[in-house]
Amino acid sequence: MSTLPVASSQPSRSAAPTATAAGWSWRPVALGALVLAALAVPFVLTDYRIFLATMTLITAIAVLGLNMLVGYNGQLSLGHGALYALGAYVTAVLMEHGGFAWWATLPVSAVVCFAFGFLFGWPALRLKGHYLALATFALALATPQLLKHKALEPWTGGVQGITLLKPEAPFGLELSADQWLYLVVLAMAGFLFLCAWNMLRGRLGRATIAIREQPIAASAMGINVPYVKAMTFGISALYTGVAGSLGAIATAFVAPDSFGMFVSIFFLVGVVVGGLGTISGALVGAAFIQFIPNVADQISKSAPSAIFAGFLILCMFLMPQGFVGLVRDGLRRLRTRGQRPRRGD
Amino acid sequence: MAALLEAKNVEAFYGPTRVLKGIDFEVAEGGITTILGANGAGKTSTLRALSGLVRRTGEIRFAGQRIDGFTTEKIAALGIAHVPDGRGTLVNMTVEENLRVGAYLCRSKQVVEEGMERMFGYFPRLRERRQQQAGTLSGGEQQMLAISRALMQRPKLLLMDEPSFGLAPLIIREIFDIMRVVNKQEGVGILLVEQNVARALDLADHAWLLETGSTVMSGTAKELRDNEQIRRSYLGF
Amino acid sequence: MYSLLQQLASGIAMGAIYACLGLALVMIYQSTHHINFAQGEMAMFSTFIAFLLLKWGLPYWAAGLITLAFGFVAGFAIERLVLRPLGEVPELSVIVVFIGLFVGINSLAGWIFGHQLEPFPSPFPDKVPGGTTLISGHELGTVVVVLLVMAILYAFLRFTKVGLAMRASAENPVSSRLAGIPVSLMLSLGWGLSALIGAVAGLMVAPVVFLEPNMMGGVLIYAFAAALLGGIDNPWGAVAGGLIVGVIENLAGTYVVGTELKLSLALVLIVGVLLIRPSGIFGRKLVVRV
Repeated sequence: MSTLPVASSQPSRSAAPTATAAGWSWRPVALGALVLAALAVPFVLTDYRIFLATMTLITAIAVLGLNMLVGYNGQLSLGHGALYALGAYVTAVLMEHGGFAWWATLPVSAVVCFAFGFLFGWPALRLKGHYLALATFALALATPQLLKHKALEPWTGGVQGITLLKPEAPFGLELSADQWLYLVVLAMAGFLFLCAWNMLRGRLGRATIAIREQPIAASAMGINVPYVKAMTFGISALYTGVAGSLGAIATAFVAPDSFGMFVSIFFLVGVVVGGLGTISGALVGAAFIQFIPNVADQISKSAPSAIFAGFLILCMFLMPQGFVGLVRDGLRRLRTRGQRPRRGD
Repeated sequence: MAALLEAKNVEAFYGPTRVLKGIDFEVAEGGITTILGANGAGKTSTLRALSGLVRRTGEIRFAGQRIDGFTTEKIAALGIAHVPDGRGTLVNMTVEENLRVGAYLCRSKQVVEEGMERMFGYFPRLRERRQQQAGTLSGGEQQMLAISRALMQRPKLLLMDEPSFGLAPLIIREIFDIMRVVNKQEGVGILLVEQNVARALDLADHAWLLETGSTVMSGTAKELRDNEQIRRSYLGF
Repeated sequence: MYSLLQQLASGIAMGAIYACLGLALVMIYQSTHHINFAQGEMAMFSTFIAFLLLKWGLPYWAAGLITLAFGFVAGFAIERLVLRPLGEVPELSVIVVFIGLFVGINSLAGWIFGHQLEPFPSPFPDKVPGGTTLISGHELGTVVVVLLVMAILYAFLRFTKVGLAMRASAENPVSSRLAGIPVSLMLSLGWGLSALIGAVAGLMVAPVVFLEPNMMGGVLIYAFAAALLGGIDNPWGAVAGGLIVGVIENLAGTYVVGTELKLSLALVLIVGVLLIRPSGIFGRKLVVRV
C-alpha cells in the first residue's frame, strides 16, 4: 500500500517554486513548456492525430477521476467504465432526445454522475479492498447488459447505440471540428486538473488521504469518514463521467459494446502506470493506454494483446510506483547525491 | 571457554536507517548471556541481525563458522533457534501443530515424539492444551509454547527476545526457572534479550549493555548487579 | 418441481466448478494476500494442453494426469519467474501484473490454439447409471471429482509434513523461517498446487461451455465472488460460496432474468450479502488493534 506522506502527494504542478542547488526551479518552466506544446498541437498535427490527442486528454480526465479514489483515498474501483458510460449516455440521450446543445449536457452529466457516485459510494465503501473491487466490477460487467436491455431501448438505441453530430467551430472561426474540439477539451482538462489540484490540497484532500492512511485515527479526529468517502467517490465519478460525455461528443457515437469491462481495467492500468496519488501521472497513464496498444499492434499483428501485456508487466518491474514515482525517485536521488547517509537511532 | 557466538562490528539496517552501529559481543559455550537496554536500544534488532531477518554487515561467527551472509532458514538449520518478540505463535494451528512446525528440521519421527514429551515435561500446561488452538492460549502459555517450539529444533543456541514481556511475575519466574533447567540439562546456550534487568541478571552469567545501537558496558552478571550506575539507571535504587 | 430439482442439480454441478477455482484463489490469497486474477486463464491454457494430448491419441486419464502436472509446473514457474523477482511493490502494481498475465496468457492461447470453439470430451458417461434424468453423468462426475480433489487436498494439508509447512508459511512466514522452513519454496509449491486445482476446474467446465480462450472469464468472476462470499481467508468457505453461487446463477438465469442478465443479478445479490456481512458469510472478522 502506498506510504506516501501527505507532503509528497503534492503534484508536480506546484505554484511554490522548489529551489534546487542551482537556485532556480524547474516546475514552472516545465509547466510552461507543456502548455505551449499543448496549444501548438492543433496547428501542427493532422486532423486524425489531433483527434488522438483529444482522446488522450479525455482519458486523462477519466484516469484522474479514478486516481482520486484509488490513489488518494485508497479505495479500489474496478467499475469506473460504468461511470464513463453513464456520462456518455447522458450526453447522447440529451442531445438525441432532448435537443440539448453538446455543451449544455456537460453540467447535467456532471451532476448526474456525481449523484450516482455519491449514492453508490456511501454504502459500497463499507466494503474493503477486494470486496469493493468485486462490487464495482459487478457494476462494470452489468453496464453493457443493462444498456442493451429491451426496456431501455427507446432511450439508449439498444445494441445499435446513438449517433451524434460532431460540433463545429462557432462564430465562423477558421478551425476544423477536430481542432475546435481539441481546444475545448484542452480548456476543460486544464480547468478540471486545476480544480483537482486545489481540492486535494484543501480540507477534503487532506481528509481523503488521512482516511487512506489511518481510517480509525481519522475518524477519531472528527473526520466524518463515510461522508468523505462518498464525496470522494462522487467527485471521482463526476470526473470520469464528464470524460465520458466528452468522449461521446468527440467520437460522435455511443454503443453498449464499447463500454465493456476492459474500459474499467484500462483506467486502472492508466492510474498505476502513471503513478498512484499523482495528478500529473494521469496524463502519462492516459497516453500509455491510448498509444501502447497501437504500438503493440504494429509489433505483432497476430497477438498484439500479448505484446501489450508484456509492456504492462515490464512497466511494473521497472517502475512499480508508476511513471511519476520513477521521476520523483530519480530527482530525489539527484538531490541527495553527495549527502551522507542518514543515521538512525 | 570457547565462544559459541561472536559478533564483531555488526551493523543492522531497516531500509536506509541504521539501528545497530557496530556492536561487539560474545556468548560463551553452554552459558547464559543477556543483552540489556532500554526501549529502542537495538536489542531486538540484534537478535534479528543474528537470525538474518534484517540487513546486516559485520562479522558473526557461530561455532567458528561465519554466518553473517546466510539465510534465516540456513541459520536455523545450523542450530540457532530464535524465540521472536511477540512470541510468533501460529495462532490458527493447535499447540501440537505448533510444536511439529518447530520440529520441521528433524528427520526422525521418534525424535519428534520424544521432543514433544520433553516439552510437556517442562510445561505441563501445554500438554493439557495439546489440541487447543494456539491463539486461544494465554500470554504466558504462548510464551511457553514459543520456547518449546524453538527447543524442538534441538538447537545449540537459543535466542530469546523479551520473554517476560506482558507477563505476570509468577509466570515470569516459572519460565525463567525452566530456562535455567533447559540450559543445564540440554546444554543449550542462551542469549537473552530483556528489559526486565533484575530477572535477567539473576539468570545470566554474562551481560552486555546496549544504548542506542552500541554496546556501552559488559561484564559478569554479578559485576553489573553490583554496579551502582546500573542500579540507579535501570533498577531504580 | 422436477425441473426445479434438475436446475438445482445443474447449479450444484457448476457450483462445484466455481468452488474448485475459488479454492485455488483462496489458497494463493492466504499465503500472499493477492488475488491471482490470471487463475482462470492458467486453467484454460492447461485445458488446451489436455485438448492437444487428446488429439494426439492419448487416453483421457493419461492426458488428464499430464495436464495436472503441467498446471502444477506452470504455476510454480510463474511464481518463481514473474512474482518472486517483482519483490516488494505496491499492491496495485501487483494487480496490474496479474492483469498483464491475464491478457498475455489469453492472447497466447488465442495465437497458439486459435479462437474457434472446440468441443471437449467428458470422461463420464452421458447418463448416470441407474437411469435418472435428474442429473447428467457429467454433472454428477464433476461433483464427485471436485469433492475428491478437496478431500485429497485437505488430507495433504492436514496430515503431511509438507502440508503443515505450507500452512505455517502462509500463516506466519517469519516464524516458519525461524523454524528452518524454506518459506519461498513453500510459496511456489502453493502456487503450483493452486494451478493444479484450477486445471481440474478447466477440465470439468470445458465439456459444458466448449473450449476457447475466453472460456474461463465468467467462471473466474463467479469463483472470485464465491471466494468473497465464503470469506476470503476461508478455503472451505469458498467451497460453500461456490455451491451457493452456482445455484443462484442457475436459478436466476432460468426463472428470473435470462442468460444475459444472470451474471449481473448474481453479483448484485452477492454484493448485497457482503454489505450485510462485509467479511463474507464464513469469513473471520479481523479485529485490528490500532
